[in-house]
Amino acid sequence: MDATTTPSPDVLRFTRAERWTHRTIAILTVVLILTGAALFFPDLSVLVGNRPLVKNIHTVSGLLLPLPLIVAAFFVAFRRDAELLNRFSPDDWRWLRSRERRSGTIPVGKFNAGQKLNAAFTLGSIIVMFGTGVIMWQNGYFSDDIRTGATFVHDWLGLVVVIMVAGHTWMAMNDAEARRGMRTGTVTRSWAEREHSQWVTQDSKV
Amino acid sequence: MGRRVVLGMVGLGVVGVFAGRAAQQTVNSTVGTIPGLGAVVPAAGGFRIYTVTNGYPEMNPNAYRLAVYGGVNNELSLSLADLADLPQTQMTKDFQCVTGWRVDDVPWNGVLLSDILAAAGANPEAYALRFFSFDGVYTESLTMEQAMRPDVLIATAMFGKPVTREHGGPVRLYVAPMYGYKSLKWLSGIEVVNTVVPGYWEQRGYDIDAWVGASNGRNDDPIA
Repeated sequence: MDATTTPSPDVLRFTRAERWTHRTIAILTVVLILTGAALFFPDLSVLVGNRPLVKNIHTVSGLLLPLPLIVAAFFVAFRRDAELLNRFSPDDWRWLRSRERRSGTIPVGKFNAGQKLNAAFTLGSIIVMFGTGVIMWQNGYFSDDIRTGATFVHDWLGLVVVIMVAGHTWMAMNDAEARRGMRTGTVTRSWAEREHSQWVTQDSKV
Repeated sequence: MGRRVVLGMVGLGVVGVFAGRAAQQTVNSTVGTIPGLGAVVPAAGGFRIYTVTNGYPEMNPNAYRLAVYGGVNNELSLSLADLADLPQTQMTKDFQCVTGWRVDDVPWNGVLLSDILAAAGANPEAYALRFFSFDGVYTESLTMEQAMRPDVLIATAMFGKPVTREHGGPVRLYVAPMYGYKSLKWLSGIEVVNTVVPGYWEQRGYDIDAWVGASNGRNDDPIA
């Protein structure tokens, strides 16, 4: 490996605030998926029982879910990364379509196009799941049609979220250095140059 | 671009909330009819499973007894075999929940409540019935007139199979013309009484006479 033969200084990828934002959202998401599954699948419901408790945990976790993002918005580093995630370049579109996206021939900044789409999907999901969840929670204020519609959206998007989270986890499991970046905040310069060439050349902050 | 994805999802979410009811019905009538998929695809099987206690009570079918008592000539304690010896009735009818979802054309099997009341020699002057669940909490009520209808069943089978635990097995009430909360799950006792005693959901604001389409402020199609 390059990193061991030619030791290179580490690069700061995520600040402490960003890591804690990720961590709290991840924990809440896992709790929401597990309790949601226990509420949703009849066989699992019977197995787990304790429906009122499971329901309360699910509701409280859901209500807490936007909180880490709101707190994170007060941190400059988070806002700067959010800006990077929001910006799509022509290279990003090429990257998405190319079979050689992993070869490094298409320039990639701090975030690749897949990560950008995942970030947008995650934020969109949180907003929609939160909104439909509140309708189901405060059901007395809404008509049956709206409640049924909210349940429908919550169910289906929930299923898609589970698939996306599984994919996200799978990608992370295949890249120890990316995981280290999110766990400790730093990555090796060689990894950064290989995976995010434009990021390290344009921003040499260590 | 990221912003557009987020806004697009929110827009789709809003559309889904307003169109979801129709979409859910389409899902139920198409995907929901494919065996096996109903358990995975959201609510495709149609039923949502509720319980009023912390769990889903379990009952050994061999130990099961249905008690019929109160204003009767012969108190009964019916095992599943006893229920099977009574005249059997089959009907295919919808199940409509007061929260909005409906499952079309559910095949039900069991004994008409009127046949059980006849077997017990229920006092025809008695005005009402109370129903008790072996979950220890859930109760329901019907007037005697409602109970004698030919679409009120003590159900022992749904979809051609014994009523499962989550659906209220081994024996549940099925009051076809009324909202689902009247169809008490995990039935263990029927008491013949002289006044209507509001059941679990009725104590929580739901209508006692829960006719589908004519109660609880709803306008669903009545159960044919």
